[in-house]
Amino acid sequence: MAKRTNPKVDFPSDDKRWKILNATMKRNGYEGHALIETLHTAQDSFGYLDGDVLAFVAKYLNVSKSKVYGVATFYHYFNLKPPGKHTCVICTGTACYIKGADQLIHDIEDKYKINLGGTTLDGELSVMETRCIGACSLAPAVVLDGEIIGNVEENDLLKTLSGWMV
Amino acid sequence: MNLDELNEIKEKQKKYNQSFDSYIKVCVAASCKSLKSDQIKDAMREKMDEKCQVKGVGCLGLCSKGPLVSVTVDTNKQILYESVKAEDVETLFNATCKKEAAKLPQCSLDQPFFKHQQKIVLENSGEIDPEVIEDYIEKDGYQALLKVLNEYGPEEVVREMMDSGLRGRGGGGYPTGLKWATVNKARSDLKYVICNADEGDPGAFMDRAVLESDPHRIIEGMAIAAYAVGASRGYIYVRAEYPLAIERLKRAIRKARSKGFLGQNISGTSFNFEVDIRLGAGAFVCGEETALIASIEGKRGQPTPRPPYPAEVGLWGKPTLINNVETFANIAPILRKGGAWYASIGTEKSKGTKVFALAGKIENTGLIEVPMGFKLRDIIFDIGGGVPEGLKFKAVQTGGPSGGCIPEDLLDLHVSYESLREAGSIMGSGGMIIMDETSKMVEVARYFMEFCKSESCGKCTPCRVGTVHMHDILDRIAKGTGTEADLSLLEELCDMVGQTSLCGLGQTAPNPVLSTLKYFRHEYDNLIQKQEQPQVNQ
Repeated sequence: MAKRTNPKVDFPSDDKRWKILNATMKRNGYEGHALIETLHTAQDSFGYLDGDVLAFVAKYLNVSKSKVYGVATFYHYFNLKPPGKHTCVICTGTACYIKGADQLIHDIEDKYKINLGGTTLDGELSVMETRCIGACSLAPAVVLDGEIIGNVEENDLLKTLSGWMV
Repeated sequence: MNLDELNEIKEKQKKYNQSFDSYIKVCVAASCKSLKSDQIKDAMREKMDEKCQVKGVGCLGLCSKGPLVSVTVDTNKQILYESVKAEDVETLFNATCKKEAAKLPQCSLDQPFFKHQQKIVLENSGEIDPEVIEDYIEKDGYQALLKVLNEYGPEEVVREMMDSGLRGRGGGGYPTGLKWATVNKARSDLKYVICNADEGDPGAFMDRAVLESDPHRIIEGMAIAAYAVGASRGYIYVRAEYPLAIERLKRAIRKARSKGFLGQNISGTSFNFEVDIRLGAGAFVCGEETALIASIEGKRGQPTPRPPYPAEVGLWGKPTLINNVETFANIAPILRKGGAWYASIGTEKSKGTKVFALAGKIENTGLIEVPMGFKLRDIIFDIGGGVPEGLKFKAVQTGGPSGGCIPEDLLDLHVSYESLREAGSIMGSGGMIIMDETSKMVEVARYFMEFCKSESCGKCTPCRVGTVHMHDILDRIAKGTGTEADLSLLEELCDMVGQTSLCGLGQTAPNPVLSTLKYFRHEYDNLIQKQEQPQVNQ
């Protein structure tokens, strides 16, 4: 792993988030193996990974665009589409599944006419699944806007979601 | 830092921790925290005075009764409050200061859930503040590391591990000492130690709890391992889904570095060791060691054929030791008390204790640790409290998507790597999902196959294509449109995918199907012969 000299970075805009992204790459010496770390930072700051972000990362980590795209699409954690204003992540780990996570998914898909991974047309709500958040004792569990909610009842969940949709 | 300095910190912290009249410990591990236990802790901390100590601690075990608050008023009188709410803070604190029990729901500590456990990995969990390194040191933390660095040669450490009989807790059960010996013997200028904290098995949360409750234990275990195998760099590969564990690990690494347990010339010896965290990004296959290595290298997490094993050619081509979180959590106690002590616990071939995560249709969901050889029935009905709502037990699923379902009449088996494999399942990382009579077994098999299908990395054909076909067949059968021909094709595919897949994911993907076919074949037959309602809607 020979050290590369730091490249001169052209930021696509004045947006501070590019600087945050660059800081992660810089901390890792612009090494290609920092790709996943960098994509994590990118998703944390931008909310999702769009073409500009992927191209920026590819350029400065000196990794081909196809490899960056390959990694970004391989891992479930990375989103290539912007999420809705609110997110509802349903845990589909085994414990949650045994305790009725599929019914929660069915109800939401039915009510909002979207599929898992989709966003409502007005951009208000994204519904996603995750493979176990380790809160099995609270099954079924969902993550609403980043907050873990346990022992979820169908009606309560639907009520919370409709509260979001103004 | 030398042993005298370490003991000085230990004594000082002990004195401080004993200077109070009463103690309140609030569980701030993920499960209780998501029930707002951190707010309870903060509210109590504000009231803390020189008489009553309040601290946040790791997992107290009985997660289903959370938020849990453990109170000690006299040295041997402990009360565990369950389902504590924000409005209870005042009552609880005032009663504790008066050395009385508050009139709040209590959890009996005499119940089998607490009495029948034997804790090694979880010994500090629920006892110490995971964010305070001195608390860990008070419980003999880092004693083993300093002892090893100053008194043992690397080969002696490896021998101690061999003597302990510890086997990999990630699920495979490979003897840890043997793995260490291989890396120790590999010749290279640079070696790595990796902690596999990519707890991908859905329904398992043991590693998460250890990382959140006692992070220094992992760092100490890794440092001892690094010394034994001659490594100078370490990585902890942890799932991005565990933000609290990541935060506590980061803090623990910083503290360990500032106290000189990590870095250059540790404890005045020539031993150097640095640890970094690498985040996973939601790929089950990355629990497989070669895929995990690819992921740390910034690539797609796809496995490579073994041999060569990572012990010889691993991260960036260098010899690499990979152990799971629970394995590393056992290292410090083994070196402190000796391999022979550890080997005295458990069965002939499976030594020590095992942590299990109980979940699903069971009264006491949470985390338990029992010696190997413990009867499965006692875990579920005694410690676990059995199936709630008066329903009948049907099966217990162990080993996640790589494991199987064990029916009632096999419950008298004594838990070990071998006995679970004989029963058609595997030890796995320790998740146990209990199912009652309402669970449909074809549907369960379909659920796991759906998981394997979407988690298959796509590199080898048997797994990529086979899991899709197996899922389609299971889907048809569950919906009531399957045929006899489907069933025989399914069995054929199970055999083919299991025999020819590249890595563990594909090789074990048929297990849930095979075990449900073995013990619940009538459910498949009934659906095919239309004697039962479809298990899922069409």
